[in-house]
Amino acid sequence: MAARKNTKKPNIKPNIAADELKKYYREMLLIRRFEEKAGQLYGMGLIGGFCHLYIGQEAVVVGLEAAAEEGDKRITSYRDHGHMLASGMDPNGVMAELTGREGGYSKGKGGSMHMFSREKHFYGGHGIVGAQVPIGAGLAFADRYKENGRVTFTYFGDGASNQGQVFETFNMASLWQLPVVFVIENNQYAMGTSQSRSTSTPELYTRGKPFGIPGEQVDGMDVLAVKEAGEKAVAHCRSGKGPYVLEIMTYRYRGHSMSDPAKYRTREEVQKIREERDPIEHVRTLLLEGKHASEEDLKAIDKEIKQVVNDAAEFSKDSPEPALEELWTDIYAEAAPQNA
Amino acid sequence: MARMTMVEAIRDAHDVAMARDDRVIVFGEDVGYFGGVFRCTAGLQKKYGKSRCFDTPISESGIVGTAIGMAAYGLRPCVEMQFADYMYPAYDQIVSEAARLRYRSAGEFTCPIVVRMPTGGGIFGGQTHSQSPEALFTHVAGLKTVVPSNPRDAKGLLLAAIDDPDPVIFLEPKRLYNGQFDGHYDKPIVSWKKSELSEVDEGYAPIPLGRAKLRREGRDVTILAYGTMVHVALAAVADSGIDGEVIDLRTLMPLDIDMITASVRKTGRCVVVHEATLTSGFGAELVALVQQECFWHLEAPVARVAGWDTPYPHAQEWHYFPGPPRIAKALQAVMEA
Repeated sequence: MAARKNTKKPNIKPNIAADELKKYYREMLLIRRFEEKAGQLYGMGLIGGFCHLYIGQEAVVVGLEAAAEEGDKRITSYRDHGHMLASGMDPNGVMAELTGREGGYSKGKGGSMHMFSREKHFYGGHGIVGAQVPIGAGLAFADRYKENGRVTFTYFGDGASNQGQVFETFNMASLWQLPVVFVIENNQYAMGTSQSRSTSTPELYTRGKPFGIPGEQVDGMDVLAVKEAGEKAVAHCRSGKGPYVLEIMTYRYRGHSMSDPAKYRTREEVQKIREERDPIEHVRTLLLEGKHASEEDLKAIDKEIKQVVNDAAEFSKDSPEPALEELWTDIYAEAAPQNA
Repeated sequence: MARMTMVEAIRDAHDVAMARDDRVIVFGEDVGYFGGVFRCTAGLQKKYGKSRCFDTPISESGIVGTAIGMAAYGLRPCVEMQFADYMYPAYDQIVSEAARLRYRSAGEFTCPIVVRMPTGGGIFGGQTHSQSPEALFTHVAGLKTVVPSNPRDAKGLLLAAIDDPDPVIFLEPKRLYNGQFDGHYDKPIVSWKKSELSEVDEGYAPIPLGRAKLRREGRDVTILAYGTMVHVALAAVADSGIDGEVIDLRTLMPLDIDMITASVRKTGRCVVVHEATLTSGFGAELVALVQQECFWHLEAPVARVAGWDTPYPHAQEWHYFPGPPRIAKALQAVMEA
């Protein structure tokens, strides 16, 4: 399903303060500029291996983070940079993990797909498609067991939603009434396979229905719509009614990873969405047309973000390579047997 | 000190662990209301409630996956795979997630889970209820693998496994659950209660992981075994009259390499036995380590006695099973080499 064209006139709901809108603008812009920089560093050979950029999908995490409260958890797949930045993790630490340096969140052991933060309740970054989904339910189980009123956002993509363990998890989460929001980020392509070529029923928000889990489809290019849906889902979970499915319709502008020849879609398709549906442009228009910010205000934000991203890039280049001994640490609690 | 079967000892370990730490929760297929297909968790739901001991759908990947999430957020899940043979759908979670969480997060998050599973044959279970997949776990950095051979060890090692800060695969030889078995399948089953090894320490008495146990001292040849095969090896020694030294490894990772090398350097000969298929089995690792550490002490090539490289058969179970005669033959050959 192609992302629907947004024909609505931009409008600002009276309960959205200008500051809040600016915050979303800033957060989405940070992700975009960070990812653009990561793409550059990759091209320069400073980032090796896999690198999955989040460009185009920024409104999803920013909208949902706006619906989260302190202590709520998040866990996602390998396209995880946006989630980390939106949860407040340090761009320096994220970028330095991409370059595989000591200053990275996982000291260079995880790479692009595997980063974590206890402080920000971010449970990773998981490189196996769909494998994070039962873990997200387990986190929610622990919350329920501790009766702490927290909710876990468990993100996965349209591709992962065809994994068997996702259905196992839906069943268990509903059976045990776990406070988990299943967020399906539908960017319409499982790597190079379009949804129509991989998925028998395109309405992924109905996937929870056989298990009694309510779901809805959300315009993922509209941060306010995402936030509103997120708040509804979170309220449902927090009230003890069990899990909730959000299918968030989004689009990634870049390839699946850095080595994607992009033969599976036309340049026009990408260009059309960039021009007509861009989530950052959408908020920018809201800000300007609503006279909540001037061009100068936004330029100042742009400048500030550029600085943050440049600093992250510098940090990620300057941070030293991990010491060789680190190869053998964090395997077991005790020292691992070294047979090198 | 109470005398227990292996099932009773495992149940007792759960009971003790759950009583002393409310982070310990126990779940799996038929584990709660029914008390486990082999009864290893019987009575726990009644005693500790449905929030701490409960049934799951038949979803092995979901069981282990949720356990990992619980562990990452401070609980101590101890889950059961109904048979080790049912583990394969969960292997993704065990290998890619449980074993790697500590490393990939540089120690930010850990995964203290125990995955228990009945292993091995001897009950005519055929190819999907008899396998011994230990080598699939020892091959994975980040996992610990435990195989007890008697009630006393089963309790102590399970308590240690639940305490352990890392994921532990706990393989329970199902043929030993309710009685002793030395591979002489045509003889009547001997009750555990007749063995000193059924004397189980009361209360909280963990046995540290990584320490092997000498089961029989001998001068002629070292026999390395674990699980059911410890008893089969002892029977082979008795049948052959060869003065074998039998080491029960108890944990495969971490491995008690010190006890192994001390013994082989003394005897100069070594036979490795396991029930799993031969090729790429854990025995291959043991043989490699023994020749590396003890080469100049060896009087004969190290031999392996294992299951054949076939699916675990049904009707021909006892042709597959490496019983006392096969081990005795290997002992003889090693002595004559």
